[in-house]
Order: sequence, then C-alpha cells, then structure tokens
Amino acid sequence: MTPLFIAQIGLTLFVFVMLLSSAAGMVYVERKVAAFLQQRLGPYLVGPKGLLQPLADVIKLMFKEELRPRAADAFLFALAPVISATCAFAAFAVVPFGGDTTLLGLIPEGLRLQVADVNVAILVVFAIASMSVYGIVLAGWSSNSKYSLLGGLRSSAQMISYELSYGLALASVLLVGNSLSLTDIVNRQAGAWLGFIPRWFVFVQPIGFLIYMTAGIAETNRAPFDFPEAEQELVAGYHTEYSSMSFAMFFLAEYVNMVTVSAVATDLFLGGWQGPFLSESFGWVWFLLKVAAILFFYVWMRWTLPRYRYDQLMRFGWKILLPLAVINLLVTAAGVLYFGA
Amino acid sequence: MTPFYLFAAIAVGASLLVIAQRNPVYSVLLLIASFGALSGLYVLLDAPFVAVIQIIVYAGAIMVLFLFVVMLLNAPHEETHYDEQVHPLMRPGPMRFGALLALGLVVELMWALKRGAESGRFAGGAVSSVSAIGRLLFTEYAFAFEVTSILIVVAMVGAVLLARREGAR
Repeated sequence: MTPLFIAQIGLTLFVFVMLLSSAAGMVYVERKVAAFLQQRLGPYLVGPKGLLQPLADVIKLMFKEELRPRAADAFLFALAPVISATCAFAAFAVVPFGGDTTLLGLIPEGLRLQVADVNVAILVVFAIASMSVYGIVLAGWSSNSKYSLLGGLRSSAQMISYELSYGLALASVLLVGNSLSLTDIVNRQAGAWLGFIPRWFVFVQPIGFLIYMTAGIAETNRAPFDFPEAEQELVAGYHTEYSSMSFAMFFLAEYVNMVTVSAVATDLFLGGWQGPFLSESFGWVWFLLKVAAILFFYVWMRWTLPRYRYDQLMRFGWKILLPLAVINLLVTAAGVLYFGA
Repeated sequence: MTPFYLFAAIAVGASLLVIAQRNPVYSVLLLIASFGALSGLYVLLDAPFVAVIQIIVYAGAIMVLFLFVVMLLNAPHEETHYDEQVHPLMRPGPMRFGALLALGLVVELMWALKRGAESGRFAGGAVSSVSAIGRLLFTEYAFAFEVTSILIVVAMVGAVLLARREGAR
C-alpha cells in the first residue's frame, strides 16, 4: 500500500463522485441557462438561488414508485439503465484531466490525473460509445411499448450513423497527434505558434472539431438531435415506461455522456490541461474551464435550435457529415505525409 | 493466472448459454458478454489494440446489427404446441446437426493441440504496437487485406441490390 496506490484509489473515487455531481450541476445549469435564454427566472426557491434544486429533484425521483409494464421483459428492463449508466461512467476512466501532481507534496511521485492510462485511449472511448447503444436499444425493446421501441430503434439508427463520422474525426486527430494515447495528444498541444496562438489541434483540425462536436451531440442524443425522445411523436422515446431511479439512471447517463464528450473534445482539440499562467500541477483548472465552456455550448444549442426532422437527420449524417469526415481524413493524411507529423 | 480463468470461464459459459436460450435477444446479449471476455483475454496477452478492436467491431457494430434483426423479427409465439414442449436443442434435426458440429470441433481441437506445441507463444510486444500491426497489414498481409475489402464491398453491393429490388416492387 504505497501512498501512490492509495492516491490512485482516491482519484478513482474522486472521479466517480465528481461525475455524479457534475451531472447534478448540469441539471441546475441547464435549467438556469434555459431560463436565462427564455427570459425566465428558473429555479430559485430551493436553497440560495435555487442551488439545491438538483438535490430536490433527486429526492423526488428516489421516492417515486418504480413502475414496470406487465408485458415488459423484467430482466432486460432492469438491465438497460444499468448498461447506459455504466458505459457513461466507464468512458471517463481513460480521459486525462490534468498533468502530474504531487498533491501539494503529499505523495513522493507524481500522480497522473487519469484513472487508467491506456495507450489506446481514443479507441477505448470509441468502443464504449459504441457499447452504449445497447442500453437504449434494450430499454426500447424490453418495455414492450410501441413508443419505446420506436424511440430505441431511432436512437440506435442515429447513433450508428453518427458513430462513423465520430470515429473518422477521432482518426484525423490521431493522425495529427501521431498517437492513440490521450495523454500524448495533450502533450503535443503544449506551447504556442508565434508566441500567442496556442498549439491546439482545433486550429489544425477545424473541420475535424466541427464534425466531432456535431457527431458528439448526436451520439449523446441532445437537441437538435434528440430524436430518441422527440416528445411530440414518441412521448419520451426509449424511456417512456421508466420511472423513479431507473429513469434517473438514463438521465444521469445522458449528462455524464455530455461531460465525457466535452472532456474528450477538450483533450483532443483544445489542448487539455495546457494553458498559460498556471503551473502544470494546476492544469486541471484550465481543463475544467474548457469543459465548462463546451458544456455551456451544449445547453445553448439545445435552447436555440429546433429539432431536425428524422429524414433530415439521416440525410445530414450520411450525405454531408460522413463524406466531409472522409475528405477531412484524406486531406489530413496527405498533410501529415507532406509536412511530417 | 486468475484473470485468465475468470475470462475464459465467462467466455465458455456465455457461449454455451447462447445456444441454450429460447429468447434470441438473450442469445445476442450472451454472445456480447462472450466477446467481452475474449477481449479481456486479449488484454492479458498484451494486445490492448486487438482487445479494443474486438469490442468496436464485434460487440459494438456487428452485434448491434444482430440485435436489430432479432428485435424486428420478434416472433416468440410462432412455435407450435410440440415446439413449446420440446426444447429446440432436443429436436432430432438440430441434435444430429449439433452432434456433427461437435465431432468436427473435437477433431479440430485435437489437431490444434497437437501442433500447438511447435507453434509456441506469441511475441507479446509485436501485437501491442498499432504501427507494427499497420505495417504488417499493408506489407506482408496486404493481399489478404485487400481481398477482404473486396469481399466486404461485394457483400455491401449485394445487400443494396437486394434492398433495391424489394423497394421497387
């Protein structure tokens, strides 16, 4: 039991708790920003400035009755939200969110702020994203309700379609970064061009960034791509039949997925924990700021753009985004060959 | 050694359960579990790249397609009274076919175990590096690689053609 080992375990627990609380925080931020954009006040009664609203929501959800349709497949009905939540949390394990730190001198060696340093981290993120489809599909199927099934099918079609562009955007970054490890990619983005432009890959891969963010929003089923839960047509999509804590798990998974996609985008395109003014051991402050900025963008998008039509979504995914991603990858590969990595 | 036995037990157990299910959706899920355990075995062999690709390609892509098909062909009540009495595996047709397959498997296993001694262990480092895999794929195994891609293109064209004909009526 070396101090580093204990610190590692502490870090794992810390990441888990932080993801949980970030989801709660996002619920609050989402409601406040939505209210701001719609010139309302938003939650303000529970606690100072309504800050305890997420807590009230959680308590409400916990005390609701757990309902299950009689025709539902009991085992899969219970399993589906677990798969969703597990995938959401698992993906963050390979995301580095800060440089080495000694926790202000508490431990002798530097601790990498990352739960698991996998040298194929980008692929792990992609693999877990592709596994999270199951939670939604199974939720839709096991509910034995037409709205749930349609929602589940739609969402899986959407996620499969946008996964390709998502993967190709990841591939173009790893060509530029010349590594599959997120830590290496962040380290390659240190420094600045001409002294003031940071060496972020978003400036090398602007189209890749746009594709990644678009596909990321579609992967997390957020507006304007929130078809699985298009309430006018499908009631609530795949989680129509879910109530109480099993609904809360889907809800949690959605927000944690948003945080993960934002964190991966920060690592890949926005230089991760690299930033001026702060030393390496306080890089996580920059990381948090960048993730928060992307998350704000997410919420802003949701309350600005109306939902697409389903055929528009599919046409956009296959006929515009995918060819663009392929061209971007080819151009990137040619550029890397010509200029060197 | 313990993780190996854990993953191996999951892989074998899940694969056996795949064929013992009445509900095909459960079969698909158990197959995914089996693939997950296989991927764990690859990690133990120092091949994280192969492990992740196993998840992405098999568990993430192909099995989603399987699940789609099984779910949309959802027909648990197509069976007759006899079918409901007798487990599908206990019927004469499947039993003979299964026995044949099992015999084939035993022969293959014997053959593999016999020549396993001379083929030796994998060189661990060689499979873990992505660039090494890429180089091998595009030099030594380029022909097999290209032939596979042609095969996939043929399958895709065939699928589109079949779907088209049905759509045009």
